[in-house]
Amino acid sequence: MISGGSDTSYRKQSVVGRRMFILSAAKLIVFGGIIAQLFSLQINQNKKYLTLSDKNRLREWKLPPIRGDFQDFFGNIIAGNLKVYQLHIIPEQVENFNSLIIRVKDILELDQKTFNKIIKKKNSQKPWETLIISENLSWDQFVKINFYLHELSGVKPVLSVARSYPYNENYTHLLGYVAQASQNDLTNNDEIKKKHVPGLRVGKIGLERSLENDLIGMNGVQRYEVNAYGKRINQIDHIEGQKGKSIRLTVDTKIQEKCNELLKDRAGSISVMDIYTGDILAMHSSPSFDPNLFLYGISYENWESIRSNPKKPLINRSITGLYPPGSTIKPIVALSALENNVISPNFKVNCSGKIEMYGQTYNCWKKKGHGVVNLRDALKVSCDTFFYEMSRRLGVDRLNETAKKFGLGNKVFKNIFNEEKIGLVPSTEWKKNALGRGWVLGETLITGIGQGYIQTTPLQLCLMTAQLANGGFKISPKLIVNKDDLTFEDVKSKMDKNLEKKIQGPDFDDALVDLGISSSKDDDLYSPLFRNQENVKFVLEAMFASTNEVRGTSFSSRIEDKKYQFAGKTGTSQVKRITEAQRELDLDISQIPYEDRDHALYIAFGPYKNPRYAMSVFIEHGGSGGSTAAPMAKKLFKVVIDRHEEREKFKQKNINFVA
Amino acid sequence: MFQETALSGQITFFQKLRSLDYILLFCLLILGFVSSLSMYSTEGGEVLYHTKSHVIRFIVFFSMMLIFSFVNLKLWHSIGYIFYFVVLCLLIWASLYGVKASGSQRWVDLYFINLQPSELMKVAIIMCFAKFYHRTQIHLVNSFKNIIIPMVVLIVPILLVVSQPDLGTSILIGLSGLVVLWLSGVNAKYFIYSSLILLISLPFVISFLKPYQKLRILTFFNPDRDPLGAGYQIIQSKIAVGSGGLSGKGFLKGTQSYLDFLPEKHTDFIFTLFSEEHGFIGSVLLLFLYAIIIYRTAKIGGSARSFFGKLFCYGYASSIFIYVTVNMSMVLGLLPIVGSPLPIMSYGGSSMLATMIGFSVVMSTKIYQKQIIA
Repeated sequence: MISGGSDTSYRKQSVVGRRMFILSAAKLIVFGGIIAQLFSLQINQNKKYLTLSDKNRLREWKLPPIRGDFQDFFGNIIAGNLKVYQLHIIPEQVENFNSLIIRVKDILELDQKTFNKIIKKKNSQKPWETLIISENLSWDQFVKINFYLHELSGVKPVLSVARSYPYNENYTHLLGYVAQASQNDLTNNDEIKKKHVPGLRVGKIGLERSLENDLIGMNGVQRYEVNAYGKRINQIDHIEGQKGKSIRLTVDTKIQEKCNELLKDRAGSISVMDIYTGDILAMHSSPSFDPNLFLYGISYENWESIRSNPKKPLINRSITGLYPPGSTIKPIVALSALENNVISPNFKVNCSGKIEMYGQTYNCWKKKGHGVVNLRDALKVSCDTFFYEMSRRLGVDRLNETAKKFGLGNKVFKNIFNEEKIGLVPSTEWKKNALGRGWVLGETLITGIGQGYIQTTPLQLCLMTAQLANGGFKISPKLIVNKDDLTFEDVKSKMDKNLEKKIQGPDFDDALVDLGISSSKDDDLYSPLFRNQENVKFVLEAMFASTNEVRGTSFSSRIEDKKYQFAGKTGTSQVKRITEAQRELDLDISQIPYEDRDHALYIAFGPYKNPRYAMSVFIEHGGSGGSTAAPMAKKLFKVVIDRHEEREKFKQKNINFVA
Repeated sequence: MFQETALSGQITFFQKLRSLDYILLFCLLILGFVSSLSMYSTEGGEVLYHTKSHVIRFIVFFSMMLIFSFVNLKLWHSIGYIFYFVVLCLLIWASLYGVKASGSQRWVDLYFINLQPSELMKVAIIMCFAKFYHRTQIHLVNSFKNIIIPMVVLIVPILLVVSQPDLGTSILIGLSGLVVLWLSGVNAKYFIYSSLILLISLPFVISFLKPYQKLRILTFFNPDRDPLGAGYQIIQSKIAVGSGGLSGKGFLKGTQSYLDFLPEKHTDFIFTLFSEEHGFIGSVLLLFLYAIIIYRTAKIGGSARSFFGKLFCYGYASSIFIYVTVNMSMVLGLLPIVGSPLPIMSYGGSSMLATMIGFSVVMSTKIYQKQIIA
């Protein structure tokens, strides 16, 4: 055995030994390769894989941020957060979901539609995700649920917060409202996208929308460790969120409520403004609606009733309603004529009720005519004939210049409301560019009485009035109270200084701006808008006459008490051209179809001796300004002046109070 | 005196006991211990089903291995072919009447255990070849007949296992067989030729693969092409290993594993779990443990006088090396994912049984190292 196969056995052994040696070398190399790979993964790329592993296991849950409040000037909350009772279920933690949900349905007396919605929602989410049964339990429901809680294991009554608007329809157009963030909101606002959690409410219109980024606040964060299926295993971290900024507005709720009351059942708008600081005390558009309806998704019935209301509650008339200003433009026309030395205050026109020009008849509102009138009388009695003649001499382009200076044809706010309308003050150039046709002189005449192409928003008229009433200085209307706001005294002294400078001669500062040496043109705030202040004073005096002298168009709405005495100008703007035949009929307002009725307007400022506030009242299809709008102004003025004292007292007490 | 008794084939029990390879046994015990702890970790630090049955299997099969070690190497030699045929029959049985689970039919129900014959085939093929080449004279190794017969012996079980389907095990069987063929002196040119042929025919082979297997290969080359689907396993495995760092996240603290990001953590990906928890140091130590086991096995082969024992030990050492390499390369993203367990570490009774049978033969070779088999 040993001898026999020794040779072949030896060779076999040596072959296998040799080959095993080669193999062992190969094994060493391969093991080396594995160690190299381990080294590469665990040492070289450790950071990368640690990050990936953390990304796997850690999930952050953003909590909804608490929205900042809106306060009125006096610190009353006009949009706040309300504690609401919600009902949550985590289906995974419930033994028998079906029987539990039916029990809950019975206790809450949910209708079948809501119930189906809940079931649908449950099926669309993961079993460990919170199912919100109700976002807003009534107190009774909450009590009932708590009573039965011991037999409803897995059901969690939760205290949460939701937006609330305590003054309901009063501030709707100003504040806007919040509703669930839509896809659009997410794509248009990065801040919303960053802070979005399911069910987050964001501003849809108004200040709620434009101040979204200040109001939204900071999310709280809960960090959980999750498993591969996304189930939370344990909480790692909790970071408290931060409430959004509280914003204090210049508005006075008492005045705002009065506006709402005055406009009840009517379509229209009232705005009240401080003529020096530009603070807007009230800005209301009617009809309005309750923004609280939108919080949990408005019901179909409610939405239909808002949407199909012929008076269109969704429109914010104060800034998006465009209407011919009618005779309320006349103070500006008069001022423009005086400033351009087209006429003197003594210029007279004989009004016979109509005037023939360029082969057309232009009627005065008073068929019998006003007789011989000068400029003061023409403003006082709102004589159209006088203004036809004066506008003819003035020309539309010079009128355009003055009107724009005083705030028409421009946005009142820079960028608070993105739906705000610019309006239109026509000029020859505008018509050529926009309509491609030349200006017709007859159009100048009707522009001079605020008809034709000219369109303004009620708030623009209010600003115009304010800038006349303060003696003709530029102001910047504002809604939000800031720390560095100028006081009435500051503004007044600035205006006086600017006036002095103007009187002293060549405006050095203006020249610097024009040459591009001085800084922004924005500094022209509180600077004079006139050439000669006497002209402004003349117009204001004529407006006083219009309200406080016999035969004045709003004489019946005057207040004789000096404390409340105000000056104003009526306006009645035609909605459609009326024929000669209709004019002859002289129909009573109730006989005209609603949508053909004239708009009633009134602009006013007061108290006359030392004016502080301006207002504009606009009633859509309200008839004549003198009979509809002016009486409202009278009622409102009382409130505004009374509230003035409160406002001053409050200012004294809270010099640095912002919000 | 020893020589005398050795020659006469008469070894006393104490001599046998003394000639056991205690280093190898010790390493196996450590591995068993480590694997039990890993199994304990897969269950989130609780002794549940997997841990219990793994520990029991290890104890039972390790004891069995110790007992079988005293079986005369002659006996192992004599049953070399029979063992192969029995396992082959079981494979056929599995194909016909086997237990189905997760889409493949690999198990035979033996009432007390669900046996996976393909695992046993990994050892049986080595025993069979060791016996075959023990008899074949060196100048006849490369004769036509002696090339064809081993090829058939190797290909039949491979085809049976592929059809189960179980690509991973069939590759391991194939590689185990080939490595024995190589050791026994089959001309190197055959290996070169056949690998060339394989390379050329690869496109055709791929076209016969099941869609999920194709996907795995594609995924191997670019795991990110489908990170939540086919690439998920390999991505998560690499994250787990990579995030382990130098010293690991700590025992029972592997987040990838206890939060269920890691797939198949009991079986094929047990090394990933180990590596996540014990880091680079732990992984290298584990690799070192395997290296010692392989080295000791090969060393026993080197001192064996019988060609059967030598070839088996060499072959088995190489097979262990292949199992370890394929499994680790796979979970580290160096090879496509094919089902291949890590010896002793991975959960699985048949694999444990087969591994222990292999070590029985190795131990027997050690005890009877001076014996010559006719």
